This record gives sequence, structure tokens and C-alpha cells, in this order.
Amino acid sequence: MESSIDDIRGVVFETLRASLPKPIELSDQTNIVRDLGLDSVAVMDFVMEIEDRLDISVPLDRIAEVENIGDLVSTVRDLKGRA
Amino acid sequence: MPLLDKFAALSAQYATLESIGANPFNVTFDRVLSPTEAMIGQRHILLLGTNNYLGLTYDPAVIRKAVEATRSFGTGTTGSRIANGSYDGHKQLERALADFYGRKHAMVFSTGYQANLGMLSTLAGKNDHLLLDADSHASIYDGSRLGHAQVTRFRHNDPDDLHKRLRRLADVPGDKVIVVEGIYSMLGDTAPLREFVEVKREWGAYLVVDEAHSMGVLGKTGRGLAEAQGVEGDIDFIVGTFSKSLAGVGGFCVSDMEGFDILRVACRPYMFTASLPPAVIAATTEALHQVSTRPELREKLMQNAERFYEGLRRLGFRVGPELSPVVSAIMPDPETASVFWTNLLKAGLYTNVSLPPATPNGLALLRSSVSAAHSPQQIDHAIALFAHVGHALGLLPYHARESESLIAGE
Repeated sequence: MESSIDDIRGVVFETLRASLPKPIELSDQTNIVRDLGLDSVAVMDFVMEIEDRLDISVPLDRIAEVENIGDLVSTVRDLKGRA
Repeated sequence: MPLLDKFAALSAQYATLESIGANPFNVTFDRVLSPTEAMIGQRHILLLGTNNYLGLTYDPAVIRKAVEATRSFGTGTTGSRIANGSYDGHKQLERALADFYGRKHAMVFSTGYQANLGMLSTLAGKNDHLLLDADSHASIYDGSRLGHAQVTRFRHNDPDDLHKRLRRLADVPGDKVIVVEGIYSMLGDTAPLREFVEVKREWGAYLVVDEAHSMGVLGKTGRGLAEAQGVEGDIDFIVGTFSKSLAGVGGFCVSDMEGFDILRVACRPYMFTASLPPAVIAATTEALHQVSTRPELREKLMQNAERFYEGLRRLGFRVGPELSPVVSAIMPDPETASVFWTNLLKAGLYTNVSLPPATPNGLALLRSSVSAAHSPQQIDHAIALFAHVGHALGLLPYHARESESLIAGE
């Protein structure tokens, strides 16, 4: 099961690359709305893919707090740690 | 205006639509002639985007009741149910709704939007869980944000995904409340309620169904999708609106739950808003009566829906997955949707444009809603206009064009 921070970052990057129309350089500082041009629903849809991969559910208020990929990685790790 | 600078991107999009003189989000009808016709300036417009499913907005009995109620009770209640009192009409309508659904309790809200805000924010408390279908209406998302429950989204119409999410919550304390819709307003598809009911039972959750677009449309007596699928006994709460089949404005919730009436002093969107005016209450009560006593309206509606849905499909349009009075043609992109919409309106046909994030999967939709009040000739005229614009924009396959010109040449 992937649960180290690097594993989780790997899953997030991989899922994101698969759902973006064109390749973009990704880092923890990449802003999800501004840099990736995803709207609120597209963000929730992409988080669903991560949820499937890691067998967790990310509550909507936690998604709302996420600004960049680093935030998402730590939110997911936090939830994965509890699962 | 630094305060509004955050809307810069949206502003630019909106300004573009305004500058080409075709903004689907800013239409004014100068006169409305009937459930299916209006005027913009001097132009007659055929209405195919009003959600007026049963066409009751001009029904003589409905209008008479509204006029009588205004004369007897005045134009407004000028206050809320709890602070300023209910009128007899509010109570009567709640009784009529409960009877219509065969339920013990009914509660009337001032809009359908507020019914969802109220029910979802109140039913699920701080330590509870709301599970929302991913394609839920904005009022469901907003209701879930107004309350204090933890909110989880599951894949649209996917009982297995719901099951998975309830399993992840199995050891987490708190009640679980599932929310789905009867007919989804964007593509006109329906929820697999029987499967959702099985999942709900397995996990001991509660189930709320929003029948906004399916009340008066589906089911033997018009009670909606739960009736059509024979699962009413397993639906804990049905939420709906008066602004579609019932031709008015307002919302409601019906339930058999013991102690339901405590919600009247706990549910803020019910408590802190003015109650519906007497005319609306009386008109809605009469419209509900018509839904119960005129099943032919539903038959006519479904005949029209089929005529239009199949008509668009035969032309080669991509449409939603199920036949319903909501008929959406899937457009390649938002710009094409707007251009298509504009050309239809110029030709005298009013439809709706629906764009992401309001639509599922980033789709750009040209959305129509069919009414029982449409004549077959009006439906055929609308199909012909879709064909004309679709061909002009190069969106339709060649064979459809060929067969159309064959018919035209006959």
C-alpha cells in the first residue's frame, strides 16, 4: 500500500498528469486552480481518482482548503494515516 | 473596484457574450403569451427552455385560485411562519402535499433552493455525514456547506462507489445521509434508486431524494422517480419544488419520520425568511390537484419528450443517455454552444446554455425542456430549427443532411 509521503506525491502527480489535457511541470508549489486551470468540479473529479487509488475519501471541506499540490499531498497523507 | 477584482476572468467572459449581443445568461422576455410562447421586442419566441413541464402557468383554474387568494388574503404575508404566523393556505398546502405523497408530514419552503439548503443543513449535524451524488444541483452543495456535517461526494449514479465510501466511514461515528436526485437537470438522466436503496439499507443510512425535475413527470400518479421505481417506502425524505411542474415558486419536503415538525424551529432557511404569498400558495395547491387528477398531462409530456429527443437523435445530435423532458444536445465546446443558442434565438426558439462547472464532465450543453403544452407542430418546428442551425455550423453528419434534403425535395 502506498502511504509514505513520496509514494503519495507520486500517486498525486501521476493521476494529475493523466487528467490534464497537456503536460505541465508539476511541483508541490503548483497552484491547482491558477496553474492547472481546473474549475471547482474538475478538482473534485480529479481528487476522486486519487481517492480510488488510495482507498480514502477526502471530505469536501478538506478539498476546499487545498491551494497547491503540496497541500493536497499532506491532506491525503493525513487521511491515509488515519485509515 | 478591487473588491470585485477576483471576478476578473468571469467578467471578461461575460463581457464577450454581452459584446456580441447574445448572452444566454441575460435574456428578457418583454411579454409572455402562453406556456410555450413569448415576445422579445416585436419577435415571437417559441419557448423550449422553461422547465414548465405540465404547462400549468396559464391554467384558468390555477389563475383563478391565485386571484381569489390575493383578493381575500392580500399580496404578501410580510413575515415568516414562525415569527409572524402561518395562513390557513400554508397549512392546507402542507396537508395536500402529505396526502399526495401518502406521507405523515410536509413542510413548505419559500423556494426549492431553500428546501435543499434547509433540509441538508439541518438533517446532518456536526458529527454526521452527508454523501452527495457528484452531479448534484448547486442547492445541494450549498446546503451541505451551510451545515456542519462532513461532506463526501460519490461518483454520479454509482451505487458501488457509494458503498465504498460508506464502508470507509463504517467505524466513524455519526449518522449518514445520502442525497440523490430523481431526474438530473443537466442531462435528464435518472438515479438507480433501487440499487441506492439496497446500499442505504446495508449501511443503515438515510436517503433523501430531490424530485425537483421528476415530480409531476414520473410515476403512475406523478409522485416522481421513487414511485416509478417502486421504492417510496425506503426514501426517508423527498424534497421538491413548486417552480417546475407546479408552475409557481417554492419548495417542500415530505417524510414519515417521527418528530419531523421539530424541524420548523431548527431549520434556519425555513425560519428566517418570509413565507410564500397567498397567491402562490393557492395556485400551487390547485396545480397539485391538477397533477393528481389529469394524468393525460404526463402522457402528453412524455409523447412530446419522445418526439423531440428522437428527432434530435435522428438528426445526429449527441443527446443525454435517457429519454426525459430534459433534452440536452452535447456541444463540442462552450463557444459553439453559445453560437448555436444565439442562432436558435434569432430564428425564434428559446433554449438554455449550460456550461462547466454547472455541467458534469466539463460538457457544454444546449439544454431544452419539453412541456405538455407544446403542440406536435411546435416540437417539429423546433427540430427543424435545430437541423438548420446544426447543418449551418457543420455539426451534423452528412447522411442526416442528405436524408433531410430528400424529405425537403419531396
